[in-house]
Amino acid sequence: MAKKQYAFYPGCSSQKGASGSNFATSIQLMNEKLDIQLNEIPDWNCCGASIGYGEGSELQRLVLNARNLALAETNLPGQDMVSGCPACWLATREAAERLHKHDNLMTDTNEALKEAGLNFKGTVKARHMVEVLVEDIGFAGMKAPVVKSLDGLKIAGYVGCQTNRPFGIAGESFENPMYLDKMIETVGAEPVAFDQKVTCCGGALAFSEPEKSQKQIKDIVEAAYDNGAELIVTPCQLCQANVEIYQSEINKKKGTSLNMPVMYYSQLLSIAYGGGAKEAGLDGNIIQSAKLLEIAGKS
Amino acid sequence: MSESNKAANTVAAAAVARYRNNFLKEVEERVEDGDMVKMCMQCGVCAGSCPLGPHWEHSPQKIFMMIRAGKRDEVLSSDSMWMCTSCYNCIVRCPRQLPITHIMHGLAHYANRLGMVPKGQPTRDIAKLFWDNLLKTGRVNELKFSLAMYFKDGFVQGIKNALAMQGIGLSLMKAKRLSPMEIIGGHKCKDQSGIQKMIAKAREIEDRRRGALA
Ligand code: SF4
Ligand code: SF4
Repeated sequence: MAKKQYAFYPGCSSQKGASGSNFATSIQLMNEKLDIQLNEIPDWNCCGASIGYGEGSELQRLVLNARNLALAETNLPGQDMVSGCPACWLATREAAERLHKHDNLMTDTNEALKEAGLNFKGTVKARHMVEVLVEDIGFAGMKAPVVKSLDGLKIAGYVGCQTNRPFGIAGESFENPMYLDKMIETVGAEPVAFDQKVTCCGGALAFSEPEKSQKQIKDIVEAAYDNGAELIVTPCQLCQANVEIYQSEINKKKGTSLNMPVMYYSQLLSIAYGGGAKEAGLDGNIIQSAKLLEIAGKS
Repeated sequence: MSESNKAANTVAAAAVARYRNNFLKEVEERVEDGDMVKMCMQCGVCAGSCPLGPHWEHSPQKIFMMIRAGKRDEVLSSDSMWMCTSCYNCIVRCPRQLPITHIMHGLAHYANRLGMVPKGQPTRDIAKLFWDNLLKTGRVNELKFSLAMYFKDGFVQGIKNALAMQGIGLSLMKAKRLSPMEIIGGHKCKDQSGIQKMIAKAREIEDRRRGALA
């Protein structure tokens, strides 16, 4: 079967040595098994993230994202642009839609882009990796390469904010999206009812308002425990980092003993598709799941 | 404040004078998506949607009411906009489909340009560090960003902050998710000068448009 081709926008957090580098590792085997080929956009830049607005103006942020769109359009024509990071996807899609809608913004943007030797025609669609899986591959397609079932593993599907709002996955509800639970079932594990499914982890404010954000994180992790989950799974780099990393801080401050593994959906798929701990990027997790390690170790 | 910021502020001050007692009009014309503020029907759905809600002095609902009431100083010096986590709860729930998140970001940005943000507002400070970090190389360097963040309140506080987070830093390094190599090189775009020129141009275009309003 011919591979499906996409223009890939990794984003800052997925670079080597960065906080989401194990996500980048885990999608390799997953994509190979699903016949997905990601072609990295040459010389892509940061999307401005959700916090860029403080200093960066409306047009500056639009132009940042338009540069990536233009690079994809020029170098990888005809391919949808795909990002694994919700913040990158949101910023890019928002930019693409605004430019499409407002001719004056498009004119201004292209005037600025000219300084970087580029022009954006507006033909590229910005998509999220999960959209590719759900819409282009489908759940049956995702199930086909499964060789190791994650049987008996109870998982809280934590969708978070930006994969879910304001765009989300077509046809899903904002308050109770089901695709992540379905992905958990696809690999043979059991999704638990999880009332904090779409709660905000604090996002970028984990840095600037640590106390307030850690309250969010504590609620999310405790709800996972209360619902009998053995691990949390998420599609978002910032959710993953925030919810995993700050558990030790919360324990220190609040006397709790939180120790809940937080993984990416791609790590589950990678293991279910026969990948070991290394291919699934488990070495990038600070809190390990003994059960998942054991399944990953089985040949 | 840099010279270009000062110049921009002079232009802004001249433009703003024209609105005198009509803050709603000022917001409509000068804040991102500000023209939608008047559509708010004060139902309060957004006020119950913010994750850090209990810490906001003014919910989006209140901010929109205050804009209509002409409370310019209170709105622009409020730290509420800086409590927005960009969760987009409000956007998908608002019955009038106000792009609330964008308006909040726009108000924060506008207040920042006018120099009206309370001093030491942590999210504002971090937003600035983030933007500077990204403009330098085109990509965010997480290590330099974290270091700058720890040291933003001075050297002694910086050491304290860094020590408090040392355990986390070390476990991330062990997991190869925070690279010490970033301090000497790290990830960057090839066309850094093109990116910087294009960003400067964008500001120039915006000032040209805003100037025309004055
Ligand atoms: S939800 Fe919308 S209409 Fe209701 S108060 Fe908030 S902004 Fe106004
Ligand atoms: S996006 Fe911002 S304003 Fe809207 S609900 Fe979330 S925190 Fe509140």
